[in-house]
Amino acid sequence: MSLLQVRDLKVSFKTPDGVVNAVAGVSFDLKAGETLAIVGESGSGKSVSNLAYMGLLPTAKTTITGSVILKTDAGEVDLIGLPNEEMRKIRGKDIAMIFQDPMSALHPYYTIGDQLIEAHQVHNEVDKSVSRDRAIELLSLVGVADPAERLKAYPHQFSGGMRQRVMIAMALMNNPKVLIADEPTTALDVTVQAQILKLLSDLQKKFAMAVILITHDLGVVAGSADRVNVMYGGRLVESAEVNALYKKPMMPYTVGLLDSIPRMDQGHGKRLRAIPGQPPSLITLGQGCAFAARCDRKAELPDGTCDTNPELKAVESGHLVRCHLYDRKAASK
Amino acid sequence: MNGLLAYISRRLGLTLLILLAVSFTVYLIFALLPYDPASLTCGKSCNDPGIIEANRHRLGYDKPFFEQYWIFIVGLFAGRDFGEGAAALHCAAPSFGYSFQQHACVTDLIFDALPVTLSLAIGSLILWLIVGVGLGIVAARFRGKIWDTLSTAFVLVGTSLPTFLTGLMLIVFLVIKLDWSPFPAGGYTAPDEDIVGWFLSMVLPWVTLAFAYAAIYTRFVRSQIIEISTEDYIRTARAKGLSDGIILGKHTMRAALAPIVTMAGLDFAGLLGGAILTEAVFNLPGMGRLSLNAVVDIDLPVIVGTTIFAAAIVVIMNAILDIVYAFIDPRVRV
Repeated sequence: MSLLQVRDLKVSFKTPDGVVNAVAGVSFDLKAGETLAIVGESGSGKSVSNLAYMGLLPTAKTTITGSVILKTDAGEVDLIGLPNEEMRKIRGKDIAMIFQDPMSALHPYYTIGDQLIEAHQVHNEVDKSVSRDRAIELLSLVGVADPAERLKAYPHQFSGGMRQRVMIAMALMNNPKVLIADEPTTALDVTVQAQILKLLSDLQKKFAMAVILITHDLGVVAGSADRVNVMYGGRLVESAEVNALYKKPMMPYTVGLLDSIPRMDQGHGKRLRAIPGQPPSLITLGQGCAFAARCDRKAELPDGTCDTNPELKAVESGHLVRCHLYDRKAASK
Repeated sequence: MNGLLAYISRRLGLTLLILLAVSFTVYLIFALLPYDPASLTCGKSCNDPGIIEANRHRLGYDKPFFEQYWIFIVGLFAGRDFGEGAAALHCAAPSFGYSFQQHACVTDLIFDALPVTLSLAIGSLILWLIVGVGLGIVAARFRGKIWDTLSTAFVLVGTSLPTFLTGLMLIVFLVIKLDWSPFPAGGYTAPDEDIVGWFLSMVLPWVTLAFAYAAIYTRFVRSQIIEISTEDYIRTARAKGLSDGIILGKHTMRAALAPIVTMAGLDFAGLLGGAILTEAVFNLPGMGRLSLNAVVDIDLPVIVGTTIFAAAIVVIMNAILDIVYAFIDPRVRV
């Protein structure tokens, strides 16, 4: 089976305004060594779905159901409902994470060395000097010059890109099987973005790990992902191998996303296309298709079709779509 | 490390300037009061203009304002003589002036009162830090649980009960109603005379003062911890797989240290100016009572002296805190 198997994952928050169904039944597989991009706009559930099974959401007001099976050295483990003590041993060891804003993700009062060594010590009963050597090794792997000296530096003495490199080094301290990169380049300059993505893909091969790349930037996806999951309104709406998705996007939302990227071959003076309307409120989202209100191809379907939520169906081999436009096509296949 | 030294010397230079400004302002305010310091020197029934003018000259109140202030500043560093010849009164440096009403140098009055206030402030600081930080951590750790609710009740009671009421209740229930009470109802015993007596005389004042502060600190520490827990670097610590205990005890508390130290330092400095209510309730001859009596008796030199002294302590403590901050927060050492 695959390395990580997510089945019918649902995440909801209790808020004063009502229950927010941030993730409404997401299923996907992550194979060893592959890069899976999860794409969507803010509030689509792309980050929450992954923070949820990592146990990084505040527990009191969050309900998580479904199953997330991880293949570990000790066998298969369902991460949902795992006691905190058990989950703790998986976090940072089997599954590591890097986050959006490297400026705030490192503790401002501890040196880089302290923070890297700590990440190793917590999962390995070894002498501190071993962890220190490991830290130096990883810092030089991620391209920090003079790593032994830099261990003594504090985060504020690094630039944003360098801090993200340090975060990557920290995530890789324990050779994780899965690296969840939550918008790792969003807070960085464009030139630095490219360097970080290159670094991630180099290290992925070196460490033979699977990467879940959470992003809203389809440009980032094109260069580095194997498969793409598009999320909208807490649901998976399209999933395909990366080339297939770019060549033949099916769900009108994906089409809209791709159309809204500026292109070099676009005619001069032509305006960018935007998807009209706003993302739906996850509190009032009803039974129908979440995207119906903004869909420009709704008219092609008989009235009332979009009042029911379409199923996620394989329209072509390995290309899943949640859209009524493909109902017949999928059925006839 | 050079950056740190430069930072410290910069900060100390600034402190001197602030002290000068503070002392000038205080001196000016009291010079503008509608009281004639010279007539106050010979009591309310005194109306002999000869004595008044002689005292005015002796105390230097016949000189222009700026010269008076200059003499005051010089006296702080070099000591000062009041009057001339055999009748001169000498106050050694640092001279804060001379109280005719109490026939004593203001500096001596302050130095008599300071150990009392220091005893009170240090003891209660230790007590309220232990209780306040401890309860704050417990409340944040068990947020929404019974411990949190209990600490909220403590905070409510502590912040709403005035210290004079807490103090009086302690005296009534632990001293008067209790036949075997080891605590005196008030008064101060110097520690070099009787260390046990000193301790016993300070316990109730410590508890009284610490009670109010501990409540404030409980609330402060709780909210600090809860706020820091939402920081990205705490999420990073969780993502590393660290245990809740290490995250709270190491990562969160390390970040909470700076604001707690700042607040404790300023509160402590403020107390050295005198805890007026607590000192009054327990009849402690500290800075608070010295100032209070000076105000009641319109003893101007003492009011000026204690005010400038208290302000100086706050300013100096601010400087110390800024320097301590450079050790706590690596980002300050630029």
